[in-house]
Amino acid sequence: MAMLATTRREMEGPSYPWFVVLALPLLAVGVQAYLPLRFPRLDIFNLPLLVVIYFSVARRSPISGTLTGVVVGLMQDALTQRPLGVNGISETIIGFLTASIGLRIDVENHGTRLLLNFLFTLLYGFLYLLIMRHLVGIELNWSWWHELLKAGTNTILGFFLFAILDRTQQAE
Amino acid sequence: METLSRYKDILVLIVVLFAQFIGLASQIKHPLPNGQDRHNVRLWRYWVVALVAPPEKALHGVGSGTRGFWDNYLDLRDTRQENQRLLAENNRLHLEQAGLMEDARQGQRLQSLLSFKEQYVYQTEPAEVIGTAGTDQSRILYINKGSKDGLKPDMPVITPDGVVGRLKDTFPHTSQVLVINDQTSGAGVLLESTRLRGVLRGNVFGQPQIINILPDERIKPGEKVVTSGGDQIFPRGLPVGTVDHVSADPEHEPYVDVVIKPAANLSHLEEVLVVTEVSDHMPPAAAKDMAKSEAAAAVDAEKQRASDILAEKLPGFTDPDAPGEANGSQTAPGGDNVSSDAAALLKPIKPLQTLHPDRFSPTATPPASSLAPGGRVPGATYSAGSVGDGTAVPKSRPKTRPAVSDESGEPGTSAGDAPAPRKATPHRAAPSSDATTGNAVEPPSIQPRTIPLRPAPVQPPPSSPQTLLRTPDNDHANPFEGGLS
Repeated sequence: MAMLATTRREMEGPSYPWFVVLALPLLAVGVQAYLPLRFPRLDIFNLPLLVVIYFSVARRSPISGTLTGVVVGLMQDALTQRPLGVNGISETIIGFLTASIGLRIDVENHGTRLLLNFLFTLLYGFLYLLIMRHLVGIELNWSWWHELLKAGTNTILGFFLFAILDRTQQAE
Repeated sequence: METLSRYKDILVLIVVLFAQFIGLASQIKHPLPNGQDRHNVRLWRYWVVALVAPPEKALHGVGSGTRGFWDNYLDLRDTRQENQRLLAENNRLHLEQAGLMEDARQGQRLQSLLSFKEQYVYQTEPAEVIGTAGTDQSRILYINKGSKDGLKPDMPVITPDGVVGRLKDTFPHTSQVLVINDQTSGAGVLLESTRLRGVLRGNVFGQPQIINILPDERIKPGEKVVTSGGDQIFPRGLPVGTVDHVSADPEHEPYVDVVIKPAANLSHLEEVLVVTEVSDHMPPAAAKDMAKSEAAAAVDAEKQRASDILAEKLPGFTDPDAPGEANGSQTAPGGDNVSSDAAALLKPIKPLQTLHPDRFSPTATPPASSLAPGGRVPGATYSAGSVGDGTAVPKSRPKTRPAVSDESGEPGTSAGDAPAPRKATPHRAAPSSDATTGNAVEPPSIQPRTIPLRPAPVQPPPSSPQTLLRTPDNDHANPFEGGLS
C-alpha cells in the first residue's frame, strides 16, 4: 500500500529551523484572529489546527505533537473569554493522534494529507462540542453540515498550506 | 524502566490532559466574582495577547494607512458636494434639536422632581478594532487602547449607531471587548414603546436577544430597544437595535425570547468609542451645540413673528425673508429644504381634507348658533333600507320618522314647540343589515330631541297609550326599534 511508510526517510521526520517552529504557530494564531475582522466569513478556517496537524504529522513524534497541540490550543483559548483548556484539550488529542498515525503512514502523500486533514478537522469539532457541552456547560449552535463544510474548506486550505510549509524544511 | 520508556508517549498525553482537565474544572467550579480570571489564567492571557497584538496592530496600521492615503489624498471625488450636503444636514439637525429641546428640558424637570438622575455620556475614548478571538464560537474583539489609556474592565463600548459591548479585560495597550451577541454577555434593556424591561444576551446563533420576557402582543418587529441603565454599566437610553422577531423559549415556558437586530454593525466594526466617564451634567460640547441651536431657533422665531405681523397687516404680501411656512421654504446651499422640515416638526397636525364628506364630517355640521332646538339639521337625512327586523322598506316610505313630542309618538307637535316630559328610553343606533342585499346600511338618523328639566305645560291626553307598541303603521317608522334590536 503506497500510503504506508516504507523507507527510512519516510520513518524519520524532517527537521525545521527553530524560528519556524516558534513563529509559525504564533503567526497562525495571529492571522486567525485578524482575518475575520476584515472577512467575517473566513472564521470557518482553523489555521492553528492545521499547523498542529502539519507539525505533528511531519515530525512523527507523539510527545512533540502533544506539546504542540497543548501550546497552540491554549494560545487560542487565551484570545477568547472562555476558560483555558477547551481548545487545549482538543488539540492535544489531535496532536497526539496525528503524530501516532504519522509514524505508520507516508504523510507526504497528497491523498493521505487530504484524508488526514478532513478526518481530524471533523474530530476536532466533535471534541470541542463535547467539552463545551459537558464540561463547560455552554450550548453551541451545532450543525454537522456546517462541520462537514468546515472540514472540507480546511482540507483544501491545508493542501496548499502544507505545500508551502514543506519548503521550510531544513535540507539534510 | 523499559516499560516506562515504551509507554512514555501515552504517559505524557495522560499527564498533559489531566493537568488541563484539572485547570478547566477549577476555572468552572470556582469562578471569581464578576467573571474575572484567576491570576495565573490572566497571566497566560496577558502573554498571549502581548505576543499576538503587536503584529495585529502592525497589520491594522498598514491597512489603515493604505486606506487613509487612498481616501484622503486620491479618492476625493464628490467631496465638495458631500460637504455641502453635510452642512445642510447640520443646519437641519440644529433646527430639529431646537424643536426637541423644550421636550428634553421638560423631561429633565420632571426627572429632577422625581429625584431621578439622568446620565450623559460625558467622555469617550476612540479606539480601533485590531482583532477578534479567531473563532465563530466566541464574540470577542480586541481594541488598540488599554489600561494605559485609562480604560478599565466593564466600561461600555459603543458606536454612534448603538451599543457594541463592554470591556471584559484590559491589558496595558490592548483591551478585550465582549460583544453583546456573545452568550456570556448581559445588558439591561428596555423596549422603547412598550416599556418592557429585560436582559439582553447572545443566543447560540450569535444574535442578541432579550430573554425571559412574558408573551406580549404589543411587541412588534421594528420596535426600538434601548439600554435601561439597570445594569450599572451602560448609561440609560443608548440605542441597542430593533426587534427582529419573537420566538418561544422551549426551556422556560411560558417565556419568550425577543431577538434583536443590532443597531451597530457588529460584524464590520472598525472604530468604536469606549465610554470612560458618565456624568449628571451635559458634556460641554453638547451644551454648546444646544445653545447654538437655541440661538438659531430664537432668530427663526423672531423672523416668523415679524412675518406673521406683516401678513396680518398686509394679507396680500408675502415676506420673502420669513422662515418656514411664511415663504414656503428655505433652501440650503446643498439644495435641501431646511426650514420646511423643521417647521413641519413644530407645526400642529391638522386633519386631512375629507374626500367624500358626509353628515359626520366636521365641515358638514352647521355651527351651533344656527341650530334651533329640536329643529332638523339641514341635509341630515338617512337612507335606511331596512329597520330592525330586517324588512325591506319601500323607497316611497318616508325615510324619517316625524318628530314626536311625547310618548304617544303622535306627529304634529315638535319638541321645540311644546316640550313634554318624556320617559328617557335607552336606545342605541346600531347598524342594521339589508335583508335583501345583505349589505350594511346606516342606522336611521335620530331627530334632535330635548328632554326638559321642568314639567311641560299640560298637553291633551294621548289618543292611545299603546301607540308606541308595534303596529302595522309604526312598525317600520320607529327609529328606536332598529337600534334596540
